[in-house]
Amino acid sequence: MAEQQKNTLLHIEDLVLHFKTTKGSVQAVDGVFFDLGYKEAVVVLGESGCGKSSLAKAILRLLPRNVAQYGGKVFLEGTDTMAMDEEQYRQNVRWVRMSLVPQAAMNSLNPVLKVGDQVAEPMMVHHGVKKEEALIQAAKMFQHVGVPVDFLDRYAFELSGGMRQRVAIAMALVTAPALVVLDEPTSALDVLTQANIFNVLKRLKKELEVSFVLITHDIATSSELADRVAVMYAGQIVEVSDAHRFFAEPLHPYSRMLMASVPRLRANQEPEFITGQPPSLLNPPKGCRFAGRCPKRFAKCSEEPPIANVDGIQVKCWLYTS
Amino acid sequence: MTDKQRDVLLSIQDLHVWFELRRFGLGHAGYVKAVDGVTFDLHYGETIAIVGESGCGKSSLMKTILGLNKPTKGKVVFEDKDISAFHAEDLRQYRAAIGYVQQDPFGALAPFMNIQRILEEPLIINGVKDAAERERRVRKVMEEVKLSPVDDFLHKFPHMLSGGQQQRVVIARAIILEPKLVVADEPVSMLDASVRVEILKLLRGLQEKYRLAVIYITHDLSTVRYFSERVFVMYAGNIVEKAPVNSLVHNPKHPYTSALMDATSDPDADNALQYRELPPGEPPSLVNPPSGCRFHPRCPRRMENICDVDEPQDLPADDHLVACWLYK
Amino acid sequence: MNSIRKFFSDLSQYPSAIVGMVIILLMVIISIYTLITIPYDTAITLWRGDENVWYKTPKTAQPKWINWFRKDDLLETFSFNSANGDGTKTEEYSNETNKIFISFPFEYDSNSFPQEISLFFTSKFDQKEPFVSIKLITPDGREVRIGSFAVGKTQTYRFSQDAKLARRLKGNSPEQGVFLDITTDPPTLVKGHYELQIEGVGFEENSTVDAELVVYGGAYGWAGTDHRRRDLTIPLLWGAPVALAFGLLAALGTTLITMIIAAIGTWYGGWVDELIQRITEVNLVLPFLPILIMIGTFYSRSIWVILMAVIMLSIFGSGIKGYRAVFLQIKESPYVEAARAYGAGNWRIIMQYLVPRIIPLLIPQLVILIPSNVFLEASLTVLGLGDPVLPTWGKVIQEGIANGALFQNQFYWVLEPSVILMITGLAFAMVGFSLDRIFNPRLRGV
Repeated sequence: MAEQQKNTLLHIEDLVLHFKTTKGSVQAVDGVFFDLGYKEAVVVLGESGCGKSSLAKAILRLLPRNVAQYGGKVFLEGTDTMAMDEEQYRQNVRWVRMSLVPQAAMNSLNPVLKVGDQVAEPMMVHHGVKKEEALIQAAKMFQHVGVPVDFLDRYAFELSGGMRQRVAIAMALVTAPALVVLDEPTSALDVLTQANIFNVLKRLKKELEVSFVLITHDIATSSELADRVAVMYAGQIVEVSDAHRFFAEPLHPYSRMLMASVPRLRANQEPEFITGQPPSLLNPPKGCRFAGRCPKRFAKCSEEPPIANVDGIQVKCWLYTS
Repeated sequence: MTDKQRDVLLSIQDLHVWFELRRFGLGHAGYVKAVDGVTFDLHYGETIAIVGESGCGKSSLMKTILGLNKPTKGKVVFEDKDISAFHAEDLRQYRAAIGYVQQDPFGALAPFMNIQRILEEPLIINGVKDAAERERRVRKVMEEVKLSPVDDFLHKFPHMLSGGQQQRVVIARAIILEPKLVVADEPVSMLDASVRVEILKLLRGLQEKYRLAVIYITHDLSTVRYFSERVFVMYAGNIVEKAPVNSLVHNPKHPYTSALMDATSDPDADNALQYRELPPGEPPSLVNPPSGCRFHPRCPRRMENICDVDEPQDLPADDHLVACWLYK
Repeated sequence: MNSIRKFFSDLSQYPSAIVGMVIILLMVIISIYTLITIPYDTAITLWRGDENVWYKTPKTAQPKWINWFRKDDLLETFSFNSANGDGTKTEEYSNETNKIFISFPFEYDSNSFPQEISLFFTSKFDQKEPFVSIKLITPDGREVRIGSFAVGKTQTYRFSQDAKLARRLKGNSPEQGVFLDITTDPPTLVKGHYELQIEGVGFEENSTVDAELVVYGGAYGWAGTDHRRRDLTIPLLWGAPVALAFGLLAALGTTLITMIIAAIGTWYGGWVDELIQRITEVNLVLPFLPILIMIGTFYSRSIWVILMAVIMLSIFGSGIKGYRAVFLQIKESPYVEAARAYGAGNWRIIMQYLVPRIIPLLIPQLVILIPSNVFLEASLTVLGLGDPVLPTWGKVIQEGIANGALFQNQFYWVLEPSVILMITGLAFAMVGFSLDRIFNPRLRGV
């Protein structure tokens, strides 16, 4: 196990994040697990209501005030980050070894600061570097993401959506982290711009040796970056696989139905939809959470399924437990 | 090719929609040429898709068709009547004859009205005074969009419904006045993957049942095959290619269409192993579009002294109409 | 109904709101009670306060509860009226004379003297006036002869005005002297059981005399009295409905009209919007209070006129800018666009699609606006521009200041209405801010 962890950049086990609300406890992340190696990208696929937006926060410990429960194991480069206190974490992990491109990052750039200054800021804060040096690093990042260097002096509103998203990515990369979490990085962008961003991400993976956790609902474009795939449903991970085997033939019934629902440009199949709705995270059902919508459900599914290992693929489903 | 047997419902003739850029209220600093010369015919019961990226003018085109914008030049002719000649009453009847399905299902529904009220509004505005008649029509249309049992939903408010259910209400509202044409602007792009298909199938079912003409506007090429007969590709205010859907997908002719096709992914693990080839640059400014063909600065197949001089017209190539000098 | 219940349960999460609501509820109950028990006409009559209305109350007396804080407690005013059966009255007719005996016994246990003592006589006779002889029996058995005189149909005898009595009491002013033991040096106040005896003789068969004794202490009632002997509970009670009504009407009128103006301007855009913005900007520069003062001075001080003026000057206020900002956002909403697409007319969109969105934002504003209008009305009154006939809190403050209450140790006069005003303001503010947190979720703590 320890051997495995040395080659694993990120090892997540039993990650849990529950929120306190007036209506009760929202179990947004309730047992997430996956591994990620160096220079690899894992895609966390999920639809709305599965808790994936909370997952990004959970991985980076960006917690709001109303946390009811937060726990699990997050091993980054062999170190248990969950054991660190808040200050240690801030100094050693967040935006130092691991950073985040949040959802709609392009819209959350500070409108009154130049984009160059914003990208330089993490260097100044986390590495105590002076502004001139930080700007040099920022310029390097701009080159990596494909934004012209003279844009350092521009403001956010002068840039197009695609450019702004690249700036947000540069901001996440400027401190040379080993891992970047991307939360829906291209959901608001056009097809060509989206493809451009993925080209950038592919190049970064190779050139900067950075790993990615890509959280998205867009299955088709996720295949552009994915080396591994994790499927999230109702706060839990139900399948972790490598990309080739997943996109060819997923194991978990939900994964299969998801794949079947993707309209394809080049193939002739008619997409299928999944009836019903995902369960509420306030009161998730006992047993397998997908049982209510699963065409293959049987009696055992009223108990929570264990995580089965099928030739290296992890599936949380009774169908694969011998 | 279009079915010559069917009559023309909507005819767009050399339509230009320009927006003035005002400079502090005194004079103008140019125009945003959102739609700059669009011509096509739409027949009864026909479905077309308009595909393009943001800023290509498809929203402005759609709003002009809906009567929310006035054309700067050119005509919108609906059932042989020029809508720019319409006054208040005619305009209202025209708007009632077109259903509108919007992109954001939650934003499209007034949050303080319950479902019944939301669906009754178009009826009330268009003079259906009898409350029992309205209720009958509301119930009927809710059955059509499969929001049943109807009584469960009538008194709910939009925030109590899921995204897919909200979009069904939007569709119900669009068809409650029994329109001949439905304009659907990115109707599924804000919905989850598994729900998209459901909604598209619903729309298709309604279209077949009521022989609606549908204009389906999207930037996601992969859905057009399930929902349209013809596809129009729009770029910087012009339609650059018109073709039947399968023909377009298997054999795109305009370089921009090819670029769009190339950039659209199907879920395939091999995608991660190669870079996609994409045209450089960004879509042009609509205030000062490039001379000649608007795509030429980014086009990998541009021809010097031809593409940068004159704007190409619709040129026939097999069963496509392509606005590209390559097909002269 | 459900949403109302939910609303109140949301509100009750904020303790300050609960306190505020309780206070407001109390005020409403008091207002209703006041309006029923002291109807408008009665209140006006009482407030106009001719001498005969308030003859039984002392001038500028402190409220009763001041005695809890004083070492030397003030005497509470008390009175006896033989016509109402207070005290004892006996009549004996013999030899064509009617001997009348009236006795008013009382306990005197205060360390302070009364301000005044008066006897109000009413008598019945045909031609000959009855004759009375008054004396006071002290606790230590002395008899203090007060006076003897004939009594007309109505006769008022004030102790303080009897100079002969004063001389008999060794120069001490009679209302104090009758309670003193003048044999000691200095004279000491004698506490204990006193009895005022009136022996009257009527010279006809049905001739009789009734007497009313009023001992005006330094304290009276729960709120004290003012310089015109008026019981201050009247304006303090009546001030509640006036304040609430003025505050509510002004706030409501201003808010609703401002909102509609903002909606119209934003929806129609163009020159309509420009015009409204310019009017607003001019109006913001106009001096609000001086204009109201001018109106009050030169035109009319009637509260309805002032209310109208306040509303008119407020509707083009800064609220318009705020609402406009929100309306501009709402105007671009997809559902508004959809409404235009299915043919909704401008007025319908404004009233049915835009306005309902903004009402949740309005409510906290409205509630917070109420106390500022209440204070405004009070301020105007304190400046001397209040409604001339209405008894309001501001009026009490104004009269108090004008009659030097703050220099004459009569703090209650100004403090009571001030404290009530502050509590009112506080109550509405607490409710308003909690409402703000409910309707603007971003301000909520989770």
